[in-house]
Amino acid sequence: MRAVVTVIGKDTVGILHKVSGICAEYNVNVIEVTQSVLQDMFAMIMLVDISAIKGDFSELVDRMTALGTELGLSIHTMHEDIFNSMHSV
Amino acid sequence: MLNVYNILETIRMIQDECLDIRTITMGISLLDCIDTDIDKACEKVYNKIVTKAGNLVPVGQQIEKEYGIPIVNKRISVTPIAMLAAACPDGDTVKFAKALQRAADTCGVNFIGGYSALVHKGFSAGDMALIKSIPEALDVTQNICSSVNIGSTKSGINMDAVKLMGQIVKEAAEKTADRDCIGPAKLVVFCNAVEDNPFMAGAFHGVGEPDCEIHVGVSGPGVVRAALTKYPDASINEIADIIKKTAFKITRMGQLVGARASELLGVPFGIVDLSLAPTPAVGDSVAHILEEMGLEMCGTHGTTACLAMLNDAVKKGGVMASSTVGGLSGAFIPVSEDAGMIDAAVAGVLSLEKLEAMTAVCSVGLDMIVVPGDIAPETISAIIADEAAIGMVNSKTTAVRLIPAIGKKEGDTLEFGGLLGSGPVMPIREKSPAKFINRGGRIPAPMQSLKN
Repeated sequence: MRAVVTVIGKDTVGILHKVSGICAEYNVNVIEVTQSVLQDMFAMIMLVDISAIKGDFSELVDRMTALGTELGLSIHTMHEDIFNSMHSV
Repeated sequence: MLNVYNILETIRMIQDECLDIRTITMGISLLDCIDTDIDKACEKVYNKIVTKAGNLVPVGQQIEKEYGIPIVNKRISVTPIAMLAAACPDGDTVKFAKALQRAADTCGVNFIGGYSALVHKGFSAGDMALIKSIPEALDVTQNICSSVNIGSTKSGINMDAVKLMGQIVKEAAEKTADRDCIGPAKLVVFCNAVEDNPFMAGAFHGVGEPDCEIHVGVSGPGVVRAALTKYPDASINEIADIIKKTAFKITRMGQLVGARASELLGVPFGIVDLSLAPTPAVGDSVAHILEEMGLEMCGTHGTTACLAMLNDAVKKGGVMASSTVGGLSGAFIPVSEDAGMIDAAVAGVLSLEKLEAMTAVCSVGLDMIVVPGDIAPETISAIIADEAAIGMVNSKTTAVRLIPAIGKKEGDTLEFGGLLGSGPVMPIREKSPAKFINRGGRIPAPMQSLKN
């Protein structure tokens, strides 16, 4: 099972460090990271493996959202199925 | 494989374009709750709903977290209560409404639909008692929705029921006059009602459905409009293609959420209702899609053609995305719930007659329309008859949800708040259809051949 973490907003120091720190805390393995400036905004997209997650996925979602609020960024953590089902036939 | 553009597109749809799942609705059969003692029947109804739907709200919230997609409402639809009321003719039918309200409170759902009767060919035991109790039931409960089916293509229109419903709608408004006439906002009169509709106020669980199942109603007018904005010079068939592709994506999300809810609740998956359901929020309007297509304002000449194309394209895209499509499936045009429709009605561009024409090509019918408080019950009945005739002849579902604004007249506004929005009082014709309505009887079922 995999999830997608997206970080959108203004670039600051230590975003990757903080996001991956939370992932490590929950035993969530980071598989892939892409970073780009798209449509006038900084976007980091992280593909993570949540099959061995410690604790609840919804807790991880809440932690990421809280981190986003703290850093003034928009952080979404969503199960990969939503993207697969929407964008492939 | 996942790509960056797709991920950002999904997030933008949810974040900026009001994409959401409008409802997950659990359909529950109450046929096994029938009892000659109304109190026992009510207890059985309460227990069955609470047992089946106890987890509906937490599961909905879990799915919202998992996929990051808002699920605006969690709802329940039940077997038409008139069928239960038939077994206890001496009981006070409103007790069922109160039992449903208790169940709604315990489960934490937004609405329970199914305080309903199906009388398209005639009244059976329980139907008359239930219909007459509707105004009181809507007055003493908050989250219970009611519907009555008064016609169908196969059986014609029951004009006795049409006459009665005019009085019931008016009475429901009078009883709730101190609460912005909220009563009739929870009451729909149908022709060709569907048995698996997840949308309120017209949801009920048909007798042909399984014991318990999960339906999903999607939304997304904002996403369709945003997609069209990117192609200002596209031809109409290109626009139809863009709408199809967008509807596909929206419906896929509904299919995913429905399948997941069905798995978590251990209940079979019913249908995805591929609808464009507007809300009064900015950027979530069906009228604005029509305006994006090139109408200066919704309601002007050309509106019916634009809506017909939109409705058809939504269905074509959605059908490809889900194996189990059902419900009402199409674009909704509830006036008070759609920012663009409200503006057009206030400006006098969108009239009742144009709305009637629009209902011949779109999902449902005359929905959430505020009429003057001194409207005669026969006039309400005649509006219902007109709308039912469109549904009957065109083999489609049509419905009427009119709100007589007690104490208000043309130019005033009724404020409901929330998803129901606000609506200007729309003008109606002054001449009386009373003699026609008071004749009673039945309009025979129409020919299905020689279509001209």
